[in-house]
Amino acid sequence: MKLAITTSGETVDAALDSRFGRAPKFLIYDVESGAFTLLDNAQNLQAAQGAGVQAAEHVARAGVDAVITGHCGPKAFRVLSAVGIKVYTTDLPTVAAALAAFKAGSLSQAEGADVEGHW
Amino acid sequence: MIIAIASGKGGTGKTTVAVNLALAWGAPVWLLDCDVEEPNAHLFLRADSAQQEIITVPVPQVDMARCDACGECSRFCVYHAIVAPGTKPLVFRELCHSCGGCARVCPRGAITEVARRIGVIETSEVEGVTLVGGHLDVGVAMSPPLIRAVKARIPHDGVALLDAPPGTSCPVITAIRGADAVVLVTEPTPFGLHDLTLAVQMVGALGLPMGVVVNRVGIGDNRVHAFCAAHHIPVLQEIPDDRRIAEAYSQGIPIVEALPEYRALFRQLAESVTALCAARRFVTQGDGHEHRGGGETELRPLNPATGASTTEGANANVRV
Repeated sequence: MKLAITTSGETVDAALDSRFGRAPKFLIYDVESGAFTLLDNAQNLQAAQGAGVQAAEHVARAGVDAVITGHCGPKAFRVLSAVGIKVYTTDLPTVAAALAAFKAGSLSQAEGADVEGHW
Repeated sequence: MIIAIASGKGGTGKTTVAVNLALAWGAPVWLLDCDVEEPNAHLFLRADSAQQEIITVPVPQVDMARCDACGECSRFCVYHAIVAPGTKPLVFRELCHSCGGCARVCPRGAITEVARRIGVIETSEVEGVTLVGGHLDVGVAMSPPLIRAVKARIPHDGVALLDAPPGTSCPVITAIRGADAVVLVTEPTPFGLHDLTLAVQMVGALGLPMGVVVNRVGIGDNRVHAFCAAHHIPVLQEIPDDRRIAEAYSQGIPIVEALPEYRALFRQLAESVTALCAARRFVTQGDGHEHRGGGETELRPLNPATGASTTEGANANVRV
């Protein structure tokens, strides 16, 4: 199972970024092996519109099963739902803390967008 | 003759100048409210009735029975308005720029374009002024298509005054492009000067002749005047800082009606802007092609007659 976690850093100890569409990077984490790769999202940081849609396409192409982030807007949520990617939102401070919570089953799955676009 | 009234800074008096210039013109004139995100000329030119037209833009609609999820539409759309992440496409109408490309590239003919409402245009007649105002619907993010629809109502002959939105971005450029001259309204304050400087660069990049109206003269300092002198931009008119003007404004009464002594000031302005337009026409006809220099990013002295710099170039930096 592969997860995409929004982050501004490059390791599991880095901070979890609370934004989805405009997160600087996605840490793509393989739950079975514990290995991870980084997916750059810098292009979307500058986008005037459509950052959430593009970020969702980006993680969908990376073949992830779920996204862990702070908040998810309506357009991104619609794309993620269409391709069956689950969304978990959390206010935990780091990628490692979010991963631990996910593995412990204590993250709750979002049933819809929790913020407006451009929040 | 098309005259755009613009400003860098908001709240400097664009609508005040546009409305009073229209009323003092002395001949039938069109006033086009291109500030479609917050139109306000109709608050000063109140008509008993207005004709309404609904304005739409084309957006894609996908026939899911025909679609085979090939993803061509999604690969074509740089705005991510139609997205097919390995599935049949999702359409985000509010991101669509109405280019029609997705419908063209679809190999199965599954995409047709349907109308999406973005706002209304209201047309009314008040005291020799034909007022055409665009009113963008709440929640619509892109105003240029509605501004273009308002401008499409400009008559071939006659005089049209365009009340532009504030700022220097796409909506303003959409509004002022194609004008014969631009009147930049500012106030003699540091904020006014800062945003005037940006507006002058924008108008210079479009190669349009321009002049400045300084509103609320008496407040602030003389740096706006010094700037205009240094850059050879004519100061077309000065409107004093008069409390009675603010009082009339707050009641939605045009200056020339509340304070008839100001009619001469706006008549003079009408003559100055007519002269500014005439200078451009002379230049355009005189050497057989229009001066449309542009793409410049630094401020340089401009030819006051044409607004164009001597540098020729494409408007590469101006994207609308």
